[in-house]
Amino acid sequence: MDWFKHPKKVAKVTDEERHVKTEGLWIKCDGCRQIIWRKDIEETLHCCPKCGHHFRIDARTRLKYLLDDGKWSEHDATLTSNDPLAFVDAKPYHERLASMQKALKLKDAIISASGTLHGRPVNVCSLELKFIGGSMGTVMGEAITRAIERSIADRHPLIIVSASGGARMQEGAVSLMQLVKISAALMKLDQAKVPYISVLTDPTTGGVTASFAMLGDLNIAEPGALIGFAGPRVIEQTIRQKLPEGFQRAEFVLQHGFLDAVVKRSEMRQFIATSLNFFCGPLPQ
Amino acid sequence: MSDPSQARIAELEREIAQLHMKSTGAQARLAEMQSELKKLKGEDGVNLAWQRVQLARHPKRPHALDYIQRLVPDFTEIHGDRAYGEDPAIVAGFGTLAGGQQVMIVAQQKGRDTKQKLFRNFGMPKPEGYRKAMRAMEVASKFGRPIIALLDTPGAYPGIDAEERGQAEAIAYNLREMSRLETPVVTVVIGEGGSGGALALGVGNRVYMLENAVYSVISPESCAAIIYRDSSKGELAASALKITAGDLMRLGLIDGIIPEPAGGAQEDYDKAAEFLFTALVAALDEMKAMKPAELIAQRYDKFRQMGNFFTE
Repeated sequence: MDWFKHPKKVAKVTDEERHVKTEGLWIKCDGCRQIIWRKDIEETLHCCPKCGHHFRIDARTRLKYLLDDGKWSEHDATLTSNDPLAFVDAKPYHERLASMQKALKLKDAIISASGTLHGRPVNVCSLELKFIGGSMGTVMGEAITRAIERSIADRHPLIIVSASGGARMQEGAVSLMQLVKISAALMKLDQAKVPYISVLTDPTTGGVTASFAMLGDLNIAEPGALIGFAGPRVIEQTIRQKLPEGFQRAEFVLQHGFLDAVVKRSEMRQFIATSLNFFCGPLPQ
Repeated sequence: MSDPSQARIAELEREIAQLHMKSTGAQARLAEMQSELKKLKGEDGVNLAWQRVQLARHPKRPHALDYIQRLVPDFTEIHGDRAYGEDPAIVAGFGTLAGGQQVMIVAQQKGRDTKQKLFRNFGMPKPEGYRKAMRAMEVASKFGRPIIALLDTPGAYPGIDAEERGQAEAIAYNLREMSRLETPVVTVVIGEGGSGGALALGVGNRVYMLENAVYSVISPESCAAIIYRDSSKGELAASALKITAGDLMRLGLIDGIIPEPAGGAQEDYDKAAEFLFTALVAALDEMKAMKPAELIAQRYDKFRQMGNFFTE
């Protein structure tokens, strides 16, 4: 009965090799569940070529897509939290910070940049979701406030691209006060009549939505982005019901009157450039 | 506890209150007195943070209206946000603070019995509540009347309708607009300072906390649910989050601690209101001579300094 256990000729592949061969070449779209060749979506600014779903992108990629020639200069890149509460959970917060800083080559969940957009100088803050959920602590509070002050001083428009779960729990009430610090600075920017465009991306919730993300002269969002104050799970627990499809998505928020526009990633640069033309007048040739 | 130590407690509390009002340069003495007070009360080694959380949520703890009745006997309530509706979780109105001072009061209000709790939505405001409060504060600013904000909420209401009407936008708007109010704003956390929901009325020239109040970015229970995957471990999270009045004072986030009667505000409403009154009058006196631009600058600079917890 040998033919029952006919030895299969399987090439011996170590786990490592297998990993290298398949990892990351294909990607499953969260929108239409189709399998997409990774190279394809890199050409479409990380949007699904089949259904248009916008994949999350990191802070650097965001800046690359937004600014002329994908180039910018960085500010306040060395600001580092000093763990005001000496917070400890599963592991001490300062260790968590250190491992994040190493993995992402960032000191905190933000890149504060200056560059040009269609030739116009702009200050851009881009939040990094992968860094402790893009959460806002002292460093983000300070970096954004300085960016606002920079915009007041050089009169270059401010753009903040949000992707965040909200205030950073590990810095407690110190994080909470950053909401006021930034919002108050935006009051000064408002008085100085320098334009501020808030770009909300998936996801923007909690203290970030409840401060600077909702205070733009224009609030615009990417399609399908989750935008809200309370997270969907918190709401479900409170009302003990399933939430309706599309709840808190960009289109829903637009319908309820809190967004000026939902703008595709491929049209974002043009949209912002057109808006800044309106606010500041055309660029001198 | 013997009588002499009771008397000492009262004495210390009074002295602490006075020092806090003129807090500069008195920090060292303050720390000494607080640790002495702790020893006398036998609170050494107890999870103080959790005790404070429970006192802040004590079913008999005075709520905003209990204080308002005592501070402003001729209180006139105003309603509605002129856009959508009326939110009973926030009370707004004006009246005469003893001494003849006309003030606007905005406050988060919890209910006591079940019916009241439902009516006040457990003290969880909706967007229309925040917008009503902002409208009231803008009126006060226009007519040069000081504003007193009393904070006491578990948080902004996390519900479908609140999201639909822009809970986040309402809070954000208040944070920005409160920072340009042209009159003195005194904010007091009288119970639970529940994150952004409390903060939306919290941009003050002076920010005080009652001795047993807590002020936090997230409730200890929610924090525990994230860290320990168990919301019943709030006790552990409470101390990690540093949410007591003493903690916030040390972090430089509040301007003073207002004492409560021995055992907590629930023991003696009148005395608690008296302590609050003393603090409010002192704060308003300090700011009497300040011009609108000075008030805005002082408020701005205070918050601008917050969170100097970074290295470059």
